[in-house]
Amino acid sequence: MQDQSNIQSRVYVAGTGVISAIGNNVEECLASLEKGEAGMGGITMLDTIHRNQIPVAEVKLSNEALAARLNVSPLLSRTALLSMMAAKEALQQANIPSLSNLRTGFISANTVGGMDKSEQFFEAFLTDAEKGRLRDVVNHECGSVTELVADALNIKDYVTTISTACSSSANAIFFGARLIRHGMLDVVVAGGTDALTKFTLNGFNTLMILDREYCKPFDENRQGLNLGEGAGYVVLVSEKVAATLADLPTSYLSGYCNKNDAYHQTASSPDGRGSYMAMQGALAMSGLQPADVDYINLHGTGTQNNDQAEGTAIQRLFEPHYPKMSSTKSFTGHTLGASGGIEAVFSVLALKHGLVYPNLRLQTPIEAFPFAAETKLLTNQPLKHVLSNSFGFGGNCSSLIFSNIA
Amino acid sequence: MKIYIRSAAAISAQDTFGNVTFSIVPISYQGNVLKTKEPDYKNYIDPKLARRMSRIIRMGVAAALQCLRDAHAENVDAIVTGTAYGCLEDTGVFLSRLIEQQEEMLSPTAFIQSTHNTVGAQIALTLQCTNYNNTFVHKAFSFESALLDSILLLKENEAKTVLVGGTDEITKYSFDILRRFNLYKQESADSLQLMQSATVGTIAGEGSNFFLLSSEPSATDYAVLDGVATLYKPEDVNAIEKGIQQFLASHSVSIDDISCVVSGNDGDSRNANVRHSLDSGVFAGKRIVHYKQLTGEYPTSSSFALWLAANMIYRSQPVFEGLLYAKPKKILVYNNYQNTHHSFMLLSAI
Repeated sequence: MQDQSNIQSRVYVAGTGVISAIGNNVEECLASLEKGEAGMGGITMLDTIHRNQIPVAEVKLSNEALAARLNVSPLLSRTALLSMMAAKEALQQANIPSLSNLRTGFISANTVGGMDKSEQFFEAFLTDAEKGRLRDVVNHECGSVTELVADALNIKDYVTTISTACSSSANAIFFGARLIRHGMLDVVVAGGTDALTKFTLNGFNTLMILDREYCKPFDENRQGLNLGEGAGYVVLVSEKVAATLADLPTSYLSGYCNKNDAYHQTASSPDGRGSYMAMQGALAMSGLQPADVDYINLHGTGTQNNDQAEGTAIQRLFEPHYPKMSSTKSFTGHTLGASGGIEAVFSVLALKHGLVYPNLRLQTPIEAFPFAAETKLLTNQPLKHVLSNSFGFGGNCSSLIFSNIA
Repeated sequence: MKIYIRSAAAISAQDTFGNVTFSIVPISYQGNVLKTKEPDYKNYIDPKLARRMSRIIRMGVAAALQCLRDAHAENVDAIVTGTAYGCLEDTGVFLSRLIEQQEEMLSPTAFIQSTHNTVGAQIALTLQCTNYNNTFVHKAFSFESALLDSILLLKENEAKTVLVGGTDEITKYSFDILRRFNLYKQESADSLQLMQSATVGTIAGEGSNFFLLSSEPSATDYAVLDGVATLYKPEDVNAIEKGIQQFLASHSVSIDDISCVVSGNDGDSRNANVRHSLDSGVFAGKRIVHYKQLTGEYPTSSSFALWLAANMIYRSQPVFEGLLYAKPKKILVYNNYQNTHHSFMLLSAI
């Protein structure tokens, strides 16, 4: 790949694809967001002792049903199946003429890789190192999941995987944008995927940050997060490719920034210094003032720590002009490595349809903050700039800004 | 813009770390797995913290800190890590306890440290570095992706200095699983003879190799890093040759300008055809230096190849005794991982 940089050039969003607990595609997810229908429920797919105790936000299709829709083997990792669904939709929607003549990349994020299968393999393997079906562990690696999807999409020019915990997909999206800006690729399918696994369910459970009820992000009485699963991708294109499309893209990625909290392996600093710097950096890149932001799609996990840190950072940066804000994790649960991709899609849809999504189940806004998340769907909003936050373990904090071209 | 390799640190199965005496005497191992020679971590990490860290985290933090010390740098503008497998030890601990204890009475420590970005995060915590921090986890492109990200950050002027590294660890579980895929040799042989082997399989390896890159020259730069590229599942050996030529052309270099190829052959007879085609084709007449007999094979081993190439350019004596010669002007690093992942790095003398 040759570097023909134009770091100022625009990177457009030509297509979106998503699958989550509130729908198997963009249209279904949008309908649920508009109707205020959350995707949480009891655990039905995982064989775990936490069934009937911990609510999760499952995608409503079994592996067999996903595989049948995709015409692939149902033995593949669910992480890959979810990714294929959303990435295919995104590319179909982008409908790029003569894609095969363009330099195309697939940059996907995930945190669990093929762990859903590996944990099945391990049960037998632990009794005898010669036991366990190898087909269940062959795609354990995060990169293997990406390659299964890249091969299904027939993308070869550039393929890579990012894993920075819950900010993974946001980093994948803006790495893709940078490769376009450097003139190394014309088209990038970027985002992320994660399936529910016993590994992550038990991991978060040991941290005691799983709400036993449906989560209440940015509520004074929030009790933690609900885990979710899904995948979300945007198709990013160069200015040159955008000009060839039948429908000119209406939104572009105007700003992005990655910073590190450098405070604790899992906890956010009380003043949210990483979140503050990530939002500030994204604003600086897009040339915007805080008052220019119309809507923040919050990271908003519903844990005491995240919402307090994120809220403090927002207060420091935006006071006194607070944008409208909400956490769509109140619909989808926290989809970990997929969340940045799913929420990027929701941010682009918010811009396109003039929507501010409700923050479900919010009763008492956090008392320390002079702002509150939206509780009702707002329509016909003249949105120009939407900020999407993604923060994760390891202090990884990333913010994206999507803007309307009008 | 030129990108300078200001320092390089490698924890490997050889005596490559700390106060290194060049030329290094290569160590021969018997068997099909090469573990790293780990340093005394108390020179790098508070022993109380080190006890809680798994091997890959300790290796990553120590190699990163050595890089900064050698470059006389206190901090960096970005930290980018490549790891194919991530924190396998912590993953294995949490997963086995989860199964053995049937999801009860689990402690969060191993889970917390099992995420793939833990090495990069712990380096950031140690340095109190709040700057850009990213982790690539794409098989044998993990380090190459991290390196590309680093180069772009420098070109964008988002960073003047970037700490970039590749690291992977072997655990009992990972070795027991990977050997079942027939990746490793059945017989026990002298590791240094890996390139002369005619049998199926390679030797398992691990390591942690970090670099401080800068867009500004310094008095102690090892080499100039001209670029990196990856080639995913090429159709045949012609496509690999074409990929190499295109990579060189994109840096306005031809194969005639290359003084030496550092080659990532793995000594597996199943990959010998590709090796011989390239060695007698595009690389014909070139001095070819192998490295996997020193480190074993692992997905981020190309980061050791970069360490080796940078030192070959920088040092006035051979890096390894008897094996390599010193002071080439331009080195092409070519890695072939399981014949699906091919990558190229180009380095030049300052």
